[in-house]
Amino acid sequence: MYRWRKFINNFFIGLTWIASLVVAAVLTYIILYIAAKGVSYVNWGFITGWPKGFEARGGIFPIIVTTFYLTIFSALLVTPVAVGGAVYLTEYSHPASRFSRIIRFAADTLSTVPSIVYGIFGFAFFVVYLGFGWSMLSGSLTLALMILPLVLRSTEEAILDVPRGYREASYALGATKWQTVSRVVLKAAAPRIVTGIILGMGRAFGETAAVMLTAGMAINLPVSVFDGGRNMSSHLYLLATEGISLEAAFGTAFLLLMIILIFNLSAKRIAKRM
Amino acid sequence: MLKSKEQAFHEAIRHKEALIQGFFVLMASFTILGLLLLFVYITREGTVLFKQVSPLEFLFGKDWKPTSGNFGTLPLIVGSVVVTAGAVLISAPLSLLVAIFLAEIAPKKAAAYIKTAIELLAGIPSVVYGFMGIIVLVPIIRSFFGGSGFGIVSGWIVLAIMIMPTITSLSEGALAAVPDRYRYGALALGATKWEMIYKVVLPAAKRGIVSAIILGVGRAIGETMAVLMVLGNVPRLPESINQPIATMTSIIALDIAYASGMHKYALFSLGFVLLLISMAFIAIVRIVYKGSYGKN
Repeated sequence: MYRWRKFINNFFIGLTWIASLVVAAVLTYIILYIAAKGVSYVNWGFITGWPKGFEARGGIFPIIVTTFYLTIFSALLVTPVAVGGAVYLTEYSHPASRFSRIIRFAADTLSTVPSIVYGIFGFAFFVVYLGFGWSMLSGSLTLALMILPLVLRSTEEAILDVPRGYREASYALGATKWQTVSRVVLKAAAPRIVTGIILGMGRAFGETAAVMLTAGMAINLPVSVFDGGRNMSSHLYLLATEGISLEAAFGTAFLLLMIILIFNLSAKRIAKRM
Repeated sequence: MLKSKEQAFHEAIRHKEALIQGFFVLMASFTILGLLLLFVYITREGTVLFKQVSPLEFLFGKDWKPTSGNFGTLPLIVGSVVVTAGAVLISAPLSLLVAIFLAEIAPKKAAAYIKTAIELLAGIPSVVYGFMGIIVLVPIIRSFFGGSGFGIVSGWIVLAIMIMPTITSLSEGALAAVPDRYRYGALALGATKWEMIYKVVLPAAKRGIVSAIILGVGRAIGETMAVLMVLGNVPRLPESINQPIATMTSIIALDIAYASGMHKYALFSLGFVLLLISMAFIAIVRIVYKGSYGKN
C-alpha cells in the first residue's frame, strides 16, 4: 500500500517535470527554428532597404518604421489614460464605489475583447466615421485602446504594492495629496509602471488583425499621423499565406521575434529593480 | 475682510489639488468611454443585418455564402466551438501540471526559468505562431493524417500552445494563494506530496483554476491570425478532425478586406456575437471567482 502511494506520488511529480520541460522545449524550438532560418537574411540591406519586385526581396525599412511608429505612438496615447486611471483607482476613489467598479469592469471586458473586434471597431469608427482613413492615427488609437487594460491593471498593481507607510510619512511631513502621489507613490512604483507600458508596447508591436484594418496594408514610409503603412506582422502574414517569398518571411519573423523578446526581457529586468 | 496671505496660499493649493483630481477622474472615465464607444459601434453596425435576416436564421442557418445572400453562421460558430474545445482539452491538463510544478514542486531556479519561458511564450505574436504552424506543424499533420494538413488538428495544437501561458499563470496564482497551513496539515496527517496537492491544494484553489480555464477558453475563441493561417478556412460543418474549417474570427479577418453591403454588415454581426461572448465570459469569471483565495 505504501509503495503504491509512493509510486503514484513519484509518477505525478515526474509528470509535472515533463510538462514543464515540454513548455520550455516548445519556446526554445520556436526561437531557435526562426533564428536558424531567418538570421542569414537579416543584414544591413534588409533593415534599411525597400521591398523590391514581386518576390518582395530587398529590405523592409518602411515596414520597420511603420511598426515602431505605431508602437511608440500608441504607448504615448495610452500612458496618460492608463496611469491616470490607475492613480485615480488606487489613490483617489473608494475601491468599492460604483464608479471605480465600473472602470474595473470596463478594463476587464476590454482585456477579453478579441483583437479582430478591435480591428473592425477601429475600422468603423476611426477610419470611416471620424474620417482618419487607414493611418498611423487610426492604428495607434485602436492599439492604445487594445493595450489599455494591460497597462492600467499593471500600473494599478504596482501602485497598490507601494507600502502605506510611504504615504503616511509624506503626509506627516505636511505634503499635499498631489505631492505625495507624484513624488512618493509614482516614484516608488515607476519601475513596474514602465514594465507594464513596455509589455503593452510588445503587444502593440506584434499585433496583426487590429492593425491591418486600421493602418492599412500599403507599403509606405509614414511621416504624418494621417499616413498609412504596413507593420511587420501584417507583412509576415501576407508573405506567409500568399507564398510570395519564404526568405523575406523568415527574415521578417526573425526580426519581429527578436524585438519582441527584447521588449519582454527588458520589461522583466526593469521590474526586478523595484 | 481681507484674506490673509496664508488663507490665499491654502486656497491656491486646494484649487490645484481639485484640478489634479479632476484630471485623474477624466483619465479614468476614458476607459469607460472606450468600452462604450466599442460597444455602441459594434452593436450599431452589427445589428443592421437583422433588418433583413432574422437573428435565428443568422445563428442557426447552415449556409454561409454571403456573396449570394446566405448568412447562416452555424458552420462558423461550430468551427469556433470545435477548435476551442479541442485546444482547451489539450492545453488545460498540460497547463495545470506546469502550474502545479511552479507552485508546489519546482526548485527556485527551475521555477524562475519556466516562468520566464511562459512569459516569453505569452509575448510571441500570434502571426508568428501561425507562421510556425504553416511551416512546421501543417507538414507533420499532413504526413500523419493525409489531406492538406490545414485543418482542425493543426488549429488545436497551435491554439493549445497559445492559451497555455494564460491558463498556467492564472492557475499558478490560484495555487500560490492557498495558505501554507493547509499543506502542513495534510503532510502532518501523513499524506504524500502528491496526495497533499491532489486532495487539499487543488480543491482549495478550484475556483481560481476554473476561472483560469474559462479565460483560456475566451482567448481561444477570440484568437484570429494563428487560427486563420492554419485552419484552411472552409466554412462548413465539420465531419472529420482533419478537414479545413473556418471560425467566426477567421472569416471576419479574411472577408473584411473585400466585403461590401450586407456581407460587411454580417461580418460586424459576427464581431457583435464575439463581443457578447467576451462580456459573458467576464461575467462568468466574476461569479466563479467570488469567494476564492487571492482575489483582489
